[in-house]
Amino acid sequence: MTASPVVAERRRETRRVRVVSLILLALVVALFALSLSYGSFQISLPDIVRSLLGQPTPPQVDYIVHTLRLPRAVVAVLVGLAFGLAGAIFQQLVRNPLASPDVIGVTAGASSAAVLAIAILSVSSLTASAMALGGALLTSALVYVLSWRQGVGGYRLVLVGIGVGAALASVTSFLLTRADVRTAQDSLIWLVGSLNGRTWDQVKPLSVAMLILVPAALILRRAVAGLQLGDDVAKGLGMNVERNRLALLVVGVCLAGVATAAAGPVAFVAFMSSPIAVRLIGTGRPTLLPAGLIGAVVVLAADFIGAHLVGGTPYPAGVITGVVGAPYLLWLLATANRTGRGG
Amino acid sequence: MPDTRVRRTAALSTGLVVSAAALAAAALLSLTVGAQHIPFGTVMDALFHPNPDNGQHLIITESRIPRTVVGLLAGAALGLAGAVIQAVTRNPLADPGILGVNAGAALFVVFGISVLGISSLTGYVWLGFAGAAVASVVVYTIGSLGRGGATPVKVALAGAAMSAALTSLTTAVLLTDVATFDQFRFWQVGSLAGRGMDIALQGLPFVAVGIVIALASTRSLNALALGDDVAASLGQNVATARVIAAIAVVLLCGTATAMAGPIGFVGLVVPHVARMITGPDHRWLLPYSMLFAPLLLLLADVLGRVIANPGEVQVGIVTAVIGAPIFVALARRKRLAEL
Repeated sequence: MTASPVVAERRRETRRVRVVSLILLALVVALFALSLSYGSFQISLPDIVRSLLGQPTPPQVDYIVHTLRLPRAVVAVLVGLAFGLAGAIFQQLVRNPLASPDVIGVTAGASSAAVLAIAILSVSSLTASAMALGGALLTSALVYVLSWRQGVGGYRLVLVGIGVGAALASVTSFLLTRADVRTAQDSLIWLVGSLNGRTWDQVKPLSVAMLILVPAALILRRAVAGLQLGDDVAKGLGMNVERNRLALLVVGVCLAGVATAAAGPVAFVAFMSSPIAVRLIGTGRPTLLPAGLIGAVVVLAADFIGAHLVGGTPYPAGVITGVVGAPYLLWLLATANRTGRGG
Repeated sequence: MPDTRVRRTAALSTGLVVSAAALAAAALLSLTVGAQHIPFGTVMDALFHPNPDNGQHLIITESRIPRTVVGLLAGAALGLAGAVIQAVTRNPLADPGILGVNAGAALFVVFGISVLGISSLTGYVWLGFAGAAVASVVVYTIGSLGRGGATPVKVALAGAAMSAALTSLTTAVLLTDVATFDQFRFWQVGSLAGRGMDIALQGLPFVAVGIVIALASTRSLNALALGDDVAASLGQNVATARVIAAIAVVLLCGTATAMAGPIGFVGLVVPHVARMITGPDHRWLLPYSMLFAPLLLLLADVLGRVIANPGEVQVGIVTAVIGAPIFVALARRKRLAEL
């Protein structure tokens, strides 16, 4: 008697996750098409399809689609997906909405390394990307080791991460005062995240990494659900808590790291994707895939708005996500508080 | 029992005197050490019989005394503000950086440089102060909406969201305006260099009022630290006590950030260190924090001058480098999370 309502509820939930994911996927495709077709040179949808399929198109279309817009849009989708997944993994792992990679120092490490590369060492942007990835991995390893004490307690991880992140942020400020002002300003992109001038050079390593990381994240989905119950319950269910946590952390860090290396730490995407997904699904259970899709929608939309809809100067996507995303979170907090559900 | 209590009071009072002496020594050190070597006798001479025609005296009176005074004021303000925020939010992470105060000040300063064309530190002071005040009021209001008032989680979340929004706006301006960025990047690291006596004098009344309010509210902070329910049952008006504490924090943080730029970790780390000595009683914790923080700030400033001689590393960088390991060590202690 008690089992059937639970089963029915589970089914309803699975159905809702599917419906929401499909709608989000449609939204991603629509925004993707929009960012390919809209710009100072308008391209019609049939022309885009023809160009993508390699069929003859009007002059210039192939160049604009294949060289300028396609890599940028692909990077936007992959970066958004990666940030959304990474944020969801971290927040659910630590059971704390503050624990997204941008809060606990992962992206701060990437930013510091990239600013060091560009402003001080003056290396190429591809090397800077590699250094950003290295910075993210190194910082995460440091945070993990520093918070290790017979296992990595979730709360301690956040505390140590915030400490390390704040120290790195001031290192970044320091580096910015040491460089020529023009190069320092160029490296600001690495503090907010931008999709300007992304080429296939960024797409290739990013998509290879995502081909490994996304399936890994989805396989580990069950572990997330187990760890959400708390360490003791998860152990009781026969889980190896520390090994699963480490595996999830590695996947989460790599996702955040490759995304930051490709486009900089696009502000707030990792932070807000998962709370939005939870709201859309409405059950409060871990939902990795919708969070990733929301990340992709947010980055695509932010890049489009920043490039085309805000006055004369194109703004980087990270500025838009920060300016739009943060008030959204504040609003979320305020309304949740009014109805008495605020934490 | 009364005997141990008397002994404890005596020990803590002695500790305060020792800390004050250490602070005085650090202040003298800050006057003596610098790019140009000036003998200690000359420093003393400049302090008590300044001679405006003597170049070395001028360095002391025009450069080192003001920066030491600013360091003392900003340090005391940051230490006290940190202790008060941590008490009110019952959040060991509470810090001007986390609550969006620094981001608010930064945005207003950028706005001042870029739109209003202000280029002097004296001009930044008021903007920094206004930005810090606006950001803290907004964060606190949003964090305290609804049931339960300003709980630690809600305030911290609101602060993080606010910081991210303000930082994005700041960056949007900086990306399009090289001249503003060039000025701003030197303010952003947090430094005591180049602060004149006028800045110290502008900040003084605000810091003084903030110190008085903070020190007068130690009893209600003790009650708040027990939790809202217990505090209310002890006859404490929780809402009023919180608002008064928030006013003190805005005055102290705002002025410190305005005078020296955003300096992280001091407000976060010092109260934890002080708490190891004093225990949770705010009647001792606040005075200790007020002495330890300027001590840390002045020593960090001196260190920054020594390691990069004849240039200098800004004090905000040094406090971050010193403070982060202390913070991590504290975070590894089991009890920290249960403040």
